[in-house]
Amino acid sequence: MTPYIVLSAILFAIGAAGVLIRRNAIVVFMCVELMLNASNLALVSFARQNGNLEGQVAAFFVMVVAAAEVVVGLAIIMTIFRTRRSASVDDASLLKY
Amino acid sequence: MTFLPMAASGGEVPVVEPIAATGAFSLMWLLIALPLAGAVVLLLGGRATDRWGHLLGTATSFASFGLGVYLFVEMLGLGEEERQHGLRLFDWITAGSFTVGFDLLLDPLSILFVLLITGVGSLIHLYSIGYMAHDERRRRFFAYLNLFVAAMLMLVLAGDFLGVFLGWEGVGLASYLLIGFWQHKPSAAAAAKKAFVINRVGDMGLSLAIMLMFVTFGTSSFAGVSAVAGEASETTLTIIGLLLLLGACGKSAQVPLQAWLLDAMEGPTPVSALIHAATMVTAGVYLVVRANFIFENAPVAQTVVVVVACVTLIWGAVIGCARDDIKKVLAGSTMSQIGYMMLGAGLGVAGYAYAIFHLITHGFFKANMFLGAGSVMHGMDDEVDMRRYGALRRAMPVTFITFGLGYLAIIGFPFFSGFFSKDRIIETALLENPVAGVAALIGAGVTGFYMTRLMLMTYFTNKRWAEQAHPHESPAVMTVPLVVLATLSVVGGVLILGDWIKYWLAPVVGEAEEHSTPVPPIVFSIVITVVVAIGVALAVFLVGRRDVPREAPSDVSPLTRAARADLYGDAINEGLVVGPGRVLVESVTVTDAKVVDGLVEGTSYGIGGLSGRLRRFQNGFVRSYAAAVLLGVLLVVGALLVVTLA
Repeated sequence: MTPYIVLSAILFAIGAAGVLIRRNAIVVFMCVELMLNASNLALVSFARQNGNLEGQVAAFFVMVVAAAEVVVGLAIIMTIFRTRRSASVDDASLLKY
Repeated sequence: MTFLPMAASGGEVPVVEPIAATGAFSLMWLLIALPLAGAVVLLLGGRATDRWGHLLGTATSFASFGLGVYLFVEMLGLGEEERQHGLRLFDWITAGSFTVGFDLLLDPLSILFVLLITGVGSLIHLYSIGYMAHDERRRRFFAYLNLFVAAMLMLVLAGDFLGVFLGWEGVGLASYLLIGFWQHKPSAAAAAKKAFVINRVGDMGLSLAIMLMFVTFGTSSFAGVSAVAGEASETTLTIIGLLLLLGACGKSAQVPLQAWLLDAMEGPTPVSALIHAATMVTAGVYLVVRANFIFENAPVAQTVVVVVACVTLIWGAVIGCARDDIKKVLAGSTMSQIGYMMLGAGLGVAGYAYAIFHLITHGFFKANMFLGAGSVMHGMDDEVDMRRYGALRRAMPVTFITFGLGYLAIIGFPFFSGFFSKDRIIETALLENPVAGVAALIGAGVTGFYMTRLMLMTYFTNKRWAEQAHPHESPAVMTVPLVVLATLSVVGGVLILGDWIKYWLAPVVGEAEEHSTPVPPIVFSIVITVVVAIGVALAVFLVGRRDVPREAPSDVSPLTRAARADLYGDAINEGLVVGPGRVLVESVTVTDAKVVDGLVEGTSYGIGGLSGRLRRFQNGFVRSYAAAVLLGVLLVVGALLVVTLA
């Protein structure tokens, strides 16, 4: 069971590092998905370990949220790219103090 | 009659026991209502009443006088026990079992005041028609005069100290409005404010005295208080007496609240005559005499009255000796003469009647002289400096003769009214309290000096008129009141014939035991007359024998310099009250600005600055937000781990 959890942790760490380091909105977005799926993996693993379905149900919810997020997030990224000719998240920093 | 302890001067203190007013006496409210209605019509009527406003004002005053005379004659026909008439118009204040009625009281004391106020007041209304003829705000002037007469009548007719207070404040208001009548002059506006503020100090004393009466006796009506005054502790009565005296000092310009009276001369001269000589300023004397049931049981307070009176009568006389402004000399003289009345009132049963007697004769001759001074000013283009007068006796014969009669009355020339009234006070003072008596005697000499100086500088000596001055006699509407008042100044002494006024007032103030005087009364009169003659001779010697300079000499003694500065009354007020008050206010202001505001504003600046720093975290970079979230998660997880593992 431990390898799954370790894998999940590694995937999550990669995703988090990607979000913090990369500027391209698409890549950041993919890293977010990676983190979601890392947590999904952990949930499923724990469900298996505990012998019930609750973790798997939670994983389904996460997938639904991720799907919705993709719809909204990609639409935003598309719009930003069209108006600014750039997909850099650092360029989109107007909403501040 | 309720039992009361024997008063210090002997005899019982009479209890005020009014009988319900019937017949003509139930109309006594009209005395107040008539001038009040005049004031209301003139004030609300506005410009529409400009043409006949002065006539209405004078008419209401005369109507009130007529009613007063009628009531006086009615009262003369009644027995001694039937002369106190009470009238409750309505319940004024009702709270639970506590009731204050709007009571009026017409008794031998108040009817004398009614006659003085409405009589002299009516003459002064008449005079003002001429004096204020060229003033475009004459109607308003008459409205204020009517308001004053109504308030003053309220003061003397009230049967309750609270009613007295109502009138007291009313005359204060009227005095303020009339001193500042020419409000376009900054000096007049300032004088009005000064009078108002100083009177506030006295009014506070009166209101505290009334509150203390409520607490002690549960009532403030004359009847209620006089019935039980003897049973209260002497300390309480002394405090009430001193508070009443404070009120009297404010209204009657007695030391230490005297400074406003000289500045009050900024008002039109008829106002000075009516309010600041004949009537309002004597309200303090009325208050002391009326509250005799308090003072008779509080010997300490009585002694303080005598001290205040002696200081004031010398103080005012000294000021009168040095001023060159004719109205200010008369104002100093008024202060001094009220000192005499206060002295009489402070001497207790023996002096009350003489205080009222002097009050009435003073009302005649001082109103006469003030109006005479107004007549002189009228003919001299409103010049008030006596160093610009001189030799006016030929230019204004009527004014000169009437003024001269008033002069003889005030110095106490034998058989003029002032001779009887002042002599009686000095004589009583010498017998009851020799120190006060000597002070009063000296004061009489000084009175002779300053009044002679005034007469000489105005009507005799060399001409010192301004170039464009054309002195002329005033119109008849002004000289007729002068003649009437001069006549009264001469014959006012008849009130004392057969000790009439003593017996008349006895039901109110009590009757003194007959003294066996060590020397016959005629000796007192001779001594006083000699002292006055010395004062007069000194004035003739110093002022009358050579030309009076147009400018006041500057190489004078320190006493003269002090007297010219009103004996530093203003400086004392400035140093003792205004200065420390200002320092207090300024320190409070600084404390408020620095400490309180500093605390409040400091807090707000701190929060503002902190938020200015904190908002820098909202830098717009998504990745830094993500880092913050991650950091937060790590912190939470770390904390959980620590808690779980520990």
